[in-house]
Amino acid sequence: MGAYAYVAPQSVDEVVAVLREHASNGQRAQVLAGGTDLMVQMRSVDKSPRTIVDIKHLAETNRLDIDGDEIYIGAAIASAQLFENQALKALLPGLLEASDLIGSTQIQGRASMGGNLCNASPAGDSIPAMIAVGAQCDIIGPGGQRSLPVEEFVTGVGSNALNEGEFLLGLRIARPAARTADAYLRFIPRTEMDIAVAGAGVSVTLDDSGTCTAARVAIGAVAPTALLVPQAAQALVGSTLDDAALQAAGEACTSASSPISDKRGTAEYRRKVVAVLCRRAAAIAAERAAAA
Amino acid sequence: MPRIQVETNINGQSEEFLCDANQSLLDVLRDELGLTGTKEGCATGDCGACSVLLDGRLVCACLVLGAEAQGKEITTIEGIAGDQLHPLQQKFLEHAALQCGICTPGFIVAAKALLDKNPDPDETTIRYWLAGNLCRCTGYDKIIRAVQDAAKELAHPA
Repeated sequence: MGAYAYVAPQSVDEVVAVLREHASNGQRAQVLAGGTDLMVQMRSVDKSPRTIVDIKHLAETNRLDIDGDEIYIGAAIASAQLFENQALKALLPGLLEASDLIGSTQIQGRASMGGNLCNASPAGDSIPAMIAVGAQCDIIGPGGQRSLPVEEFVTGVGSNALNEGEFLLGLRIARPAARTADAYLRFIPRTEMDIAVAGAGVSVTLDDSGTCTAARVAIGAVAPTALLVPQAAQALVGSTLDDAALQAAGEACTSASSPISDKRGTAEYRRKVVAVLCRRAAAIAAERAAAA
Repeated sequence: MPRIQVETNINGQSEEFLCDANQSLLDVLRDELGLTGTKEGCATGDCGACSVLLDGRLVCACLVLGAEAQGKEITTIEGIAGDQLHPLQQKFLEHAALQCGICTPGFIVAAKALLDKNPDPDETTIRYWLAGNLCRCTGYDKIIRAVQDAAKELAHPA
């Protein structure tokens, strides 16, 4: 059976070494960032012993770089810290709104965007928002560093593309171009502290005449993983984001979804709501882009 | 497996303790250090009864490992009062903002974190900030009034 162990490496190489050593010995190791999912899982769902590898002591996972052409958000940065950063909020309002929707003030103090992504829940709020802004996962492991778009990172319910010995260092996001902005909306039956019934993240770029020249649309909680919906983006590009274009984008989201029925909503309801959320998020993103 | 030795600072005092790798900070506070003011409600991060400050940040102690406290500064309910009750504690008494009392330490620590950051929050801000603290006796309204009154008291001490 073995026993629980806790290590807090001070360097990326040490983390990789610990993960690789455990993998080659057939021992279990699990990466800890904010712990808001991991601690609950290890107390109730899967209590089997493992080595917990705390990645919060690394410069890389705590790196927050917003000044360059590329924005970098370290995988272990707590959501509350991101939301307090006014410059980041101005650059990526939709992404930060999405991460701010996750849990209570107490959860915000610990939960990281990187953890939300690795946990790979179909309803993880920050995931569609990351996809909408074209975020890339910065992954490191025994084979070195590699990059993967967020929409390819989540491979199923609770599973991700990390290979043995790999972990997520952070997220890279191209600095939004002029007149580009994002938005994220989710539906829950109350105003706070619930899991998304459906969610939609949208990023749009407008030209000087108000015509949409680029867009990305992603949906969450309506399929086993969050999905990029290129057909919805195509419906927006070339339009002035008029009602007809928004309607078509919403319909594309409905078509792309394959939701389940559960206590939060029926599949039919989710298919309908995801279209509404897409239209509204696109309208908010457009309003922001016009002002950006 | 040997226990982990942790050096930390709790309510302004250096502390050393031994813990298991999977032991939560909540269990360490209550079972190893005898600081039983921090309560266990759900142990899954839903109820906020175990709210503490970790390097000034409001967290649920049930979702922090004891081992993670190494080198950190922790404030628990025991560290809120000085020689006299903190205005939040006084106002909770005056407004009868508690019934069974299990949620009270968590509400007071959480409310203090809010007032430290925002000394003049409106009611909506207070309600959203405290959304992660559950009161099973459903005394929410009195709790909100107590926090509002404490904010006033802190801004203009009587």
